[in-house]
Amino acid sequence: MIEVLKSGFYSTIQDLGRFGFENYGVPISGSMDQFSSIISNKLLGNKDNDAVMEITMTGPVLKFLETTKISITGADISPSINNNPVKLNIVHNINKGDFLSFGKLKYGIRSYLSVSGGFLTKEVMGSKSMYPNITKSFRIADGEYLKIKALNKININPEITQIDYLKHFKTNKIKVFKGPEFDELSDKQKHNIFNKNFTISNDNNRMAFQLNETFINQLKPIITSLVMQGTVQLTPSGKLIILMRDNQTCGGYPRVLQLNESAINKLSQKHMNNEIKFELINALK
Amino acid sequence: MKSFELKYKSFGENSILIEWPSIIDENILKNILLFKLEIEKKISTRNVYLKSSYNSLLITYPIINNTQNKVLELKKIYQEINFIKKQVFNKWEIPVCYDLSFGSDLEYLEKSLSINKKEIISLHSKKEYRVYNIGFLPGFLYLGGLDKKIRHPRKKNPKFNIPKGSVGIGGSQTGIYPNESPGGWHIIGNSPINLFDSKQSPPCFVTPGDKVSFISISLKEYELIKIQVESKLYVFNKTVTND
Repeated sequence: MIEVLKSGFYSTIQDLGRFGFENYGVPISGSMDQFSSIISNKLLGNKDNDAVMEITMTGPVLKFLETTKISITGADISPSINNNPVKLNIVHNINKGDFLSFGKLKYGIRSYLSVSGGFLTKEVMGSKSMYPNITKSFRIADGEYLKIKALNKININPEITQIDYLKHFKTNKIKVFKGPEFDELSDKQKHNIFNKNFTISNDNNRMAFQLNETFINQLKPIITSLVMQGTVQLTPSGKLIILMRDNQTCGGYPRVLQLNESAINKLSQKHMNNEIKFELINALK
Repeated sequence: MKSFELKYKSFGENSILIEWPSIIDENILKNILLFKLEIEKKISTRNVYLKSSYNSLLITYPIINNTQNKVLELKKIYQEINFIKKQVFNKWEIPVCYDLSFGSDLEYLEKSLSINKKEIISLHSKKEYRVYNIGFLPGFLYLGGLDKKIRHPRKKNPKFNIPKGSVGIGGSQTGIYPNESPGGWHIIGNSPINLFDSKQSPPCFVTPGDKVSFISISLKEYELIKIQVESKLYVFNKTVTND
């Protein structure tokens, strides 16, 4: 069991998502940066889909009520165990009564905490990912107790020590495919979308990231159609919206671009005013 | 039913988008749902997910190695569909209380549409609506078939908290808010039923293609049904239709 002394700015439990219910309007959800959440699980020998804690910008204060092992990946929010700074991307032994806290945000925005065997919060419709009106609560609250699996023997996956973690955060390139309505853009718009830099607005969360720059938009709205995680929509006001993990399942704005999975993970670590540049994937398969 | 000229588009890394002509039409919806059913029957691979909307179908595979092959496979399934086969849908009666305590925008609509309340309620509850899609929120039904006389543009400034169960009019659509949420539709009533329950399987009893009609109930009936719903004793009036 873990006692949540403070929950932080926005902390949730996430696995890799809730599949098969999109036609009932239920988003897939799942950890925003799955590159990082999967590494944190692999470090502990967990399954990729085991539930982790997604920590956003400001970390929680946690008290461990049992012995376990943990790993922290993704954004560097200066984690400490019993007030001693600890490294990211390695396994830490935790004794009963230890405290985990966080400090200054150094890079990225979302950090992932894995515990040996994963968090054992309640699974709803095949997933532990928190979402309003699906799971009991949509974020972790102060004073809550989180059940974790009893400590087991750990098989550390040696190949993951080879990963260049920082590369994931440094790039501003967001790789995209053309979206279904891309060809309706004017030649000038097509040129601009790949040659201009865009910045992330303060309107960014698990549902979507809106970009600051404005396009002159002459595209007609479409009849409510299907969108995915990573779909880039052009709104009537000329702003681009990139749908993220808790996205609505359908929408009526033209879908001009589509991020690939790795681009969604990279974008998940960007925050307000960060610059990004779209890069077209030449995909013919 | 006839077959349509379909467009197949690669969408992202692992999905194929199939598009029907860009109009809202019951025959197109039925055609999409028939195709969806056939794909579900014939492509039994695990982790293949399908979702539909007014005039499109999206298929997401775990991985696509060759888009062309996947499109050919889908085209073959479409060609082999027996379009004469009758489709079966459920028709649901959903109780709605149009009392002014719920219908916070009824009086506004009365003035704006120059139609009296009784007429608005009667036009709204007399019709049968087709469920074209479920989305926006878990369990939010996109209903087609609203009477032209009571269509009304959305509010310029959406309200922050629309209560759960609110029945609203937004443009040419009508629908029920399955949970409290922000929204810009004009609210004319409230339904005591649960449209979405994550503990039930499936979580929403309605599926795209189904029909829905609204039954006007009094405040007293509303309270009674609310209790029945909470104690899981409420039974829907449901019929089966080929239409």
